[in-house]
Amino acid sequence: MTMGSRGVHRVMGIETEYGISVPSDPTMTAMQASGLVVNAYAQHHLPAAHQRAHWDYLPESPLRDARGFDMSRADADPSQLTDEDLSTANVILTNGARLYVDHAHPEYSAPECVTPREATLHDRAGMMIMAEAAQLASRTPGIPQISLYKNNTDNKGASYGCHENYLMARTTPFAEVVRLFTAFLVTRQVFTGAGRLGKGQEGKVLEFQLSQRADFFETEVGLETTIRRPIINTRDEPHADPEKSRRLHVITGDANLSDTATLLKLGSASLVLGMIEDGCLKSDDLSLDDPVSEMHRVSHDPSLKHQLRLTGGRLMSALEVQSVYLERAIAWVGPEPDPQTLEILRLWEFVITTLSGDPMNCGGVLDWVAKLRLLEGYRTRDGLTWDSPALQLIDLQYSDIRADKGLARRLEERGRLARLFSDDEVASAELSPPESTRAYFRGECMRRFPESVVAASWDSLVFDVPGHESLVRVPTLDPLRGTRAHVGSLLDGDPSLTVLLEALSADEG
Amino acid sequence: MPQQQHSSGSSRDNRDDDSAVPASAAPHVSVSGVDDLLDEIDSLLEDNAEAFVKSFVQKGGQ
Repeated sequence: MTMGSRGVHRVMGIETEYGISVPSDPTMTAMQASGLVVNAYAQHHLPAAHQRAHWDYLPESPLRDARGFDMSRADADPSQLTDEDLSTANVILTNGARLYVDHAHPEYSAPECVTPREATLHDRAGMMIMAEAAQLASRTPGIPQISLYKNNTDNKGASYGCHENYLMARTTPFAEVVRLFTAFLVTRQVFTGAGRLGKGQEGKVLEFQLSQRADFFETEVGLETTIRRPIINTRDEPHADPEKSRRLHVITGDANLSDTATLLKLGSASLVLGMIEDGCLKSDDLSLDDPVSEMHRVSHDPSLKHQLRLTGGRLMSALEVQSVYLERAIAWVGPEPDPQTLEILRLWEFVITTLSGDPMNCGGVLDWVAKLRLLEGYRTRDGLTWDSPALQLIDLQYSDIRADKGLARRLEERGRLARLFSDDEVASAELSPPESTRAYFRGECMRRFPESVVAASWDSLVFDVPGHESLVRVPTLDPLRGTRAHVGSLLDGDPSLTVLLEALSADEG
Repeated sequence: MPQQQHSSGSSRDNRDDDSAVPASAAPHVSVSGVDDLLDEIDSLLEDNAEAFVKSFVQKGGQ
């Protein structure tokens, strides 16, 4: 839910599954490789005791069960770990994030933030953590080079996600979200697309499209995330007070390499959700006749000329639909938006205006344009056709997250793709939590009491307190408690764990 | 960088910052051709593009 004023502020975060490959050892499974990556980071960065902290999957189970779940693997060679160890590799980091293996991919769930800029920074930090993790794993004797890709498809039928989460007011009817947010998600591909050479889930038609993800959406609304993917996902697991909040889990987005694309993706979505909560889009009818087909058609048209058919027969381009949302947002926030909101409105307008002229002028800020420019450059220089393997490699290698190999990262290095954060800011976000949410408390506890945290989740921490017979579970159900403003001065006093927990329970009382 | 944080106004027409390029959108970004860049990329691309692309097979995720 928006926090006080009309603007972009709300609890939000991004979780990203990375593509993974081991070119020199095709026999290594994706799950094994993912486990090696996660464990390599944990072993290098987190003291051995830290690794006892496990995800608190079953907060309702007797706490004693959490004991004994721990096994120190600090001394184990990664190659000696069993598949089971690798598939359950899972660490909570000092920045409040979760780094783990989600089936066949390493995943980084960034800590909860309250502004799009902060959430973008933490998504970036996640990419840098993944890059380092893969490097650490690959340096281990006996382990081959493991490569990670921030993309969403192998072009052979598989897709994996970059999901956004937005906390919303429970009072907002979900039908209104479906009615008013669907057209936004379908048309925002003009700036969220990371570009893809290949059409259809298996990429058999070698033509360029805006989005990595679009072709994998098959239904309008539903619960699934891995099959028959819906444009609006109904998963309702708020990790907050369910009476007050819903967590909207948005699964349509591409994983962006461009910070600017991520920033605009988060900021514009938060504004539109704020308007839906506020009821100010009520009279707008932006319903699409056939959202799933339009999702594909918008993505398949890099000229951005495609006319979407709205209910009632009206035709509008994706940019025109986005302009309606932007105009409503400008009116909604009023004459004095806060700086974070102003930044998003300006960026949104800049992108729509520029795309409406010559889309290629967005090459410095949008992934699909940056990628298309590279592909067109190669095609022209070498006289290639779209089915050239070199072009397919450029499509893939654009998303390689290594600084020296990834093409997006090379574009950044040369100043051709804008960066929003300094190296220092990103490095700090790799280690320190955002101060604006409960991620602050989680991350600080992981840093200060690594030996005492036996389990953690978004909405709980479980401590093994010295001298206590039973474990102590601290619920963190409110994402806006446990912030620096809330517990910073307490933590700054370097309390023992016992003193901290006593102070917190007094606070609760 | 925007010189100051202006109000965005209540409609696009009366905004006084229409010409302002967002801080994040354009500065430092070259819009010239990509030729010199392509030369660099030539040296970075994985060997044997066809085999490399073919071997990139993922399991589905979320």
